[in-house]
Amino acid sequence: MEKETAQVQGLMHPPDSGLGDVMVVGAGISGIQAALDLATAGFKVYLVEKAPTVGGKMAQLDKTFPTNDCSMCIESPKFIECDRHPNIEIMTYTEVEKVEGEAGDFDVTLIKKPRYVKEDVCTGCTTCVEYCPVNVPDEYNQNLSENKAIHIYFSQAVPLVTYVDEERCLYLKEKKCNICVGVCKNKAIDLHMKPEKVKVNVGAIVLAPGYDVFDPRVRGDYGYGRMENVVTSLDYERILCATGPYEGEIRRPSDEKHPHKIAWIHCVGSRQVIPGGNTYCSAVCCSYTQKQVILSKDHDADMEATVFHNDIRSYGKDFERFYQRAENLPGVRFIRSYVSIGKEIPETKNVTIKYATDEEGVKEEEFDLVVLSVGLKPPAGAQDLATTFGIELDDYGFCKNDPTNPIKTSRPGIFLSGAFQGPIDIPESVVTASGAGSLSGELLNYRRGKLARDRVYPTERDVTGEEPRVGVFLCHCGANIGRVVDIPSVVDYSLGLDNVVHAEEGLFICSTDAAQQISETIQEKGLNRVVVAACTPRTHEPLFRDTLREGGINQYFFDFANIREHCSWVHSREKEEATSKAKDIVRMSVARSCLLEPLDEYDLPVNKACLVVGGGLAGMTSSLSLANQGFDVYLVEKEHDLGGMARRLHYTLEGLDVQAYLGDLIRQIYQHPQVHVTAGATIVEVAGYVGNFQTTVLSEGRTKEIKHGAVILATGAEEYRPTEYLYGEHDRVLTQLELEEQITQGEEWLGEAESLVMIQCVGCRQEDRNYCARICCNQAIKNALKLKETSPERDIYVLFRDIRTYGFAEDAYREAANKGVRFIRFEPQDKPQVEAAGEGLTVTVPDPIMGKRLAIEADAVVLSAAVIPSANQQEVARQFKVSLSPDGFFQEAHVKLRPVDFAADGVFLCGIAHYPKHIREAVSQAYGAAGRAATLLSQDTVTASGSVCDVSESKCIGCGACISACTYGAIQFYETRHGNKVKVNPVLCKGDGLCNAKCPTGAIYLKHYNDDEVLAQIDAAVPDLEKVSS
Amino acid sequence: MPYIRIIRLMCTGRVDPAFIFRAFANGQDGVFIGGCLLGECHYITEGNYDALNMVHLCKRLMEHIGLDPRRLRIEWISAAEGIKFAEIMDDFGKELKELGPLGESEGLDTDELRSKLDEVKGLIPYIKIQKREKLEMRFKNLEDYNDLYTRDEIEKLFTETASFYIDPEKCQACMICGKRCPVEAISGAKNKIHVIDQEACIKCGSCYEACPPRFGAIDKLCGEPVPPPIPEEQRMRVRVRSRG
Repeated sequence: MEKETAQVQGLMHPPDSGLGDVMVVGAGISGIQAALDLATAGFKVYLVEKAPTVGGKMAQLDKTFPTNDCSMCIESPKFIECDRHPNIEIMTYTEVEKVEGEAGDFDVTLIKKPRYVKEDVCTGCTTCVEYCPVNVPDEYNQNLSENKAIHIYFSQAVPLVTYVDEERCLYLKEKKCNICVGVCKNKAIDLHMKPEKVKVNVGAIVLAPGYDVFDPRVRGDYGYGRMENVVTSLDYERILCATGPYEGEIRRPSDEKHPHKIAWIHCVGSRQVIPGGNTYCSAVCCSYTQKQVILSKDHDADMEATVFHNDIRSYGKDFERFYQRAENLPGVRFIRSYVSIGKEIPETKNVTIKYATDEEGVKEEEFDLVVLSVGLKPPAGAQDLATTFGIELDDYGFCKNDPTNPIKTSRPGIFLSGAFQGPIDIPESVVTASGAGSLSGELLNYRRGKLARDRVYPTERDVTGEEPRVGVFLCHCGANIGRVVDIPSVVDYSLGLDNVVHAEEGLFICSTDAAQQISETIQEKGLNRVVVAACTPRTHEPLFRDTLREGGINQYFFDFANIREHCSWVHSREKEEATSKAKDIVRMSVARSCLLEPLDEYDLPVNKACLVVGGGLAGMTSSLSLANQGFDVYLVEKEHDLGGMARRLHYTLEGLDVQAYLGDLIRQIYQHPQVHVTAGATIVEVAGYVGNFQTTVLSEGRTKEIKHGAVILATGAEEYRPTEYLYGEHDRVLTQLELEEQITQGEEWLGEAESLVMIQCVGCRQEDRNYCARICCNQAIKNALKLKETSPERDIYVLFRDIRTYGFAEDAYREAANKGVRFIRFEPQDKPQVEAAGEGLTVTVPDPIMGKRLAIEADAVVLSAAVIPSANQQEVARQFKVSLSPDGFFQEAHVKLRPVDFAADGVFLCGIAHYPKHIREAVSQAYGAAGRAATLLSQDTVTASGSVCDVSESKCIGCGACISACTYGAIQFYETRHGNKVKVNPVLCKGDGLCNAKCPTGAIYLKHYNDDEVLAQIDAAVPDLEKVSS
Repeated sequence: MPYIRIIRLMCTGRVDPAFIFRAFANGQDGVFIGGCLLGECHYITEGNYDALNMVHLCKRLMEHIGLDPRRLRIEWISAAEGIKFAEIMDDFGKELKELGPLGESEGLDTDELRSKLDEVKGLIPYIKIQKREKLEMRFKNLEDYNDLYTRDEIEKLFTETASFYIDPEKCQACMICGKRCPVEAISGAKNKIHVIDQEACIKCGSCYEACPPRFGAIDKLCGEPVPPPIPEEQRMRVRVRSRG
C-alpha cells in the first residue's frame, strides 16, 4: 500500500459528489446485504471492495448447507441489485487508506488500485484475455486452474470488466508485451494507470471484511502443499463447482482422475492449542463437510466417503437432519478419531491416513483424495484494518465487539457485519448485515432520504396490436442445467416454435452482462415477450422482470421456464428425457407468454408503525432500534412483565450480568416516547396486509385496534419439561435453568453438594424432536464453571453425545475440562440411567474409554432440557399467515439469504421463536429484524402486484359466488341496467384467484393467471396436440 | 419422473375443474394438485379447502363418465418438504403406471372418451351454478368430503340438465334476455325473434330470469330435448301496437 500511495495521482473525485451516508467496507454477502438494506431504507451507500469484483467468499462456494442451494445462483441476483440500485455506488479494487472524523461525519480516504482497464469503457468482451500470452494461477479457483494475466475475476463479476494482474503482466514487469492494448477495440486498456486517491464523507461505516480460511500450508499440516492430492475444503468447493477447475467434474489435482475414495479431516486449524492453530471452533466446518459429502455422492453414487471427525456440531436449524442425511448415504463412514497423514504412495499419489477406533485400534488406510476441513480465521490484514479504522481486535484477532451487541465495534459510528466478528455462517452474516443497517439508521435517521434517488427506467413501449415476438433465453447455470439438458438442441427447438423470433443460450443468464444483453435484445429485435429457461421465480423473477423494464417493455411480459429445479436437478441420470422435458417446459412457457398482458402495479401507502409481538430480549431490542429510528412501535407481551425467557438467566459465558442488562432494557422501553407497551395482552385478530395491518389486541378486558405497516414476531420459546431421568419425582433432579436460579439464590444444599451430574440432549436429538437445541452445551459448561468457581474440589460430570461449543465457546469447554469437569460421551441407544439413592442419586453410564459401566454417586442431576416451540406458536403463525418449520419453530423466507423475513410480506422474525439461540445471537437477530422492517417502514408506499382480479362486466351474471369466496372483501356488487354486477377493489385483492375458479362464466379473472393463459400451458404440455375445442 | 409437467398457480383454489378435464381431454393420464398444508394458507382465503371440495366433485364426475378417480390426486406439501413432494410424485407416477393409459384401461375407446369429456367440459359452468352452495362448504373433518356429492346427484346433473328455450310465439323480441346472456348465445335483434344457440349456452338461466314475467317467453326444460330453432326466415316479428 505504501508503495502505491507514493505514486498516487492527484486527488480524484468519486463518480459523484463524494458525499454519502454510509460506507460499507467489504462486498461479500454480508456487505452486499448491508448496502442493499441501507440503500433501500433511504441512505446513499458506498460499497467498497478490495477485490476486483463484489461477491466475497460465498461466490467461491459451490452449494450452501443445509438446503444445497447453488451458492452463486442465490448470491448473484444481489450483485445485480446492488449494481442497479440508484443509492449504491460500488467501488471495487479499492482500499481504505484513512478514516478521520467521528460518528456522523467521517472523512474516508480511499485508494483505487489501478485495474489498468477503464471500467466505464471496457465492455467485458474478453478479447484481451484471449490474446494475453501469460498464464497465471486462477485465484478464484484456488490456483487449481489457470487464467490469463488480464482476465475477469469470474463470469458473474460486478463490474463485469477485466483487470490486469500487476505481478504477472509482462508489460508491467518488464515493459515487454502490450498485445492487449492493441486488440482492445474500445481502447479500454491503459497500462500506465496509477492508483487514485478518492475522498468521501459518510456518517457511518459498516465493516464487513469477512474472514480468511486457515492455511494448512504454513505448517504443512496433513501434507498440504507437499502432497498434491491433499486439498482444502475451499479448494474442494471449487473442484465440485461447475465453474471450477474441472468444470464440475470431481477430479483430483495429481492426475485429474476421478477419485473414488475420499477422506475428509475435520478441525484443521480449529480447536487446536498448538502454535499456529486456532483454539476456537470454526462453527461451519461440520455442516459444510456433510454438504460436500452429499454433493460428492450426487456426482458419483459409488464414491466412498470417509469423514474423520471430533464432535459433530450440527447446532443450527435443520443441521441435525442434514447430518443424518449425509451419514445415512451408502458408502459414507463417519469415524470419530484423531488422525495423522501416513504417506503419499509414489506410484498412485494416493495418500494414507492413520486413525484409531475403539473397536479396531490403530489403522492406516489409503485414499485417492484427502480434503482438509479448514477453519476460519480473521481476514488478512486485520491488524492494519483495526489501525486504519481505529477499532480494537479481540484476543483471536477478530473484531472486538460489544458483549451485549455483536454488531457494535469499539468505535461509535463503526458497525460490524459478517464473519469479522468471529466464525459464523451465511445466515448469521446476513442477519448482522441487516442489524448494522438498523444501527446505522439509528445514528443517521435525521438525514434519511436526503441523498437518496429513485430508479429511472426507460419509457415503457406500447405493444398493443403487435403480434407476439418471443425471445427465449436458455441458461446452462454453469453445469447445473447444461450437464444434464442438451441446451443447444433446446435453443434450436425453441427457434422452431410459433412466435419465437429469438433464442440464445448463456452460461449464466443471471450475470450482469447476460441480463444487460436481454435488455438490448428486447430493443434490437423488438421483442415483446421474454421467456427465460433457467431456475426458479422464487429467487430470480424480480431480476428478470427488472430486466424487461430496462428493456422498455412491461415487466409482466416475462415468463420463467424452470428447467433446473423441475428438470435437470431431478433428472440428472436421464439426460435424454430431461432434454425432451426441457423442450416441453419451454414450449409451455412460450405458449403462455404469447397471451400475457401488460399490467400496472399499485402503490399502497405504508403506515409507518411496527407491531412487535413478544416482549422478551429480542422483541425489546427490535422495538428500541425501530423507535430510535423514529418509527412508532407497539410492543405486545402476553405476560404481565417484560423480559421473557431472559428473566430466568443471570449470567453468560461472556460474563454478562443478564438481569442488570435486562432491567436497563426494560427501563429504556418504558421511557421511550415512541414505544407503546401492552402487557398481559392477547392478539384477537389480524387483518390487512403489508404496509397496512390492523391487529386487534385484548388486554385487561379491553380490546384495541393497532394499525401498523410491519410486524416483528419475537414470541420466544419454552424449556422442555422432562419426563425422563426422574424429573419431577426426585427433588435433586432439575433443569439447567432451575440450577441457574438456585445458584443465583445461593441455595444452601448447592454449596455443600460434592458431586453433580449433568445430562445433555434431554428431549431433543431424538425422533420426536429431531433437532439440536443449540444452547444447552454452553449452558451446562457455564453452570459447571460457576459451580467450580465456588468450590473447585467438587466433582462435576457432563454426560454428552457431542459437545457443541461452536465458536469462541470452545475455550470455555477447554477451561471446564482443565478445571476438572469430567466429560463422558454416551450413545443415544445406551443412555445414562438415573436412580434415586436416598437424598442423592446414582447415575450409571457406559464409559467407552474404560469399556465398562460407570456408576456415579450424585447429589444432584441436572438436565440440559431442550428449547421447544412455545405453546401458542401455532396460533401466532396462523394469525399472521406465516409458516412453521417441521420442528415447530418459525420458518424464514430463505434459510440463507432471508433469515429474518417471512415469506409473507411485511412480517419479520427474531429470537428463539426462530430457533434456539444464545443471547448475543438473539440480539443480533433482533437488530436484523428491525433493519429489515425499517427498509419497509422508510418507504412512503409499497408496490402491490399487478396480478389481481378484474371483471368483464358483460359476462357477469351477478351470482355472487366470487363474493363469498373472497375473504379479503375485495369484491362488491353494484347495480346496472342489466342487473347486479361485481367489481374488484385491486388494492384489497391479493391475487389468489379463488373467485376465478368459482365463476361460472369466466367473468371475473385473475390477471397473469387467467383461463386462457393456464389453458394454453395445459395444451402446450402435449407436443403437437391436435387442437381440441375448448 | 420426466413424465411430469408442472404449471404454476398462486393457490390451489385457482384450479378450475375446466383445467382438469382439459388435461384429460388432451390425453394426460393423471392430474396432480399440490398445495399448502390445510390450515396454513398463505392468503387468508384458505382456497385449499375449496380445491379439496372441487376435487371431490371432479372425482365423482370422473366416475360418472367411467374414468378411474385415482387419476386425480390432491396433496398438501409445504415449501419445506421437498422430499415429501418427491415421494408423493413417485408414488403417483407408480399408481398411474399401474392404472395404464387413460380411457383404454377403463374400456373406453378414444371417441367415446372424447365425447364424454366434451360433455363434462360443456357442463362445467352449469355444474358450478347448480352446486354453488355445496362447493362453498368446508369441513375440518376431511372424511366429511367423501359423502358430499352422491352418485345420484351427479347422475341428475347429466340426465336432468336444464336447457332454456325461447318460445317463438311468446317472444317479444325485446332484447332484454340477449343483453343479459354472459356468453352472447342469444341471437336476434329488435323485432327479430330471439333464439338461443344451444351449443354456446352455458345454462346459467340469466335469460330465464331476465325475461319479463308478463312475456314469460323462456321455458326451462329439464332433461327434455330442446325443440329445433325456428327457421331464420320466420323470425321477423311484426309488432302490433295495442292501444288502451
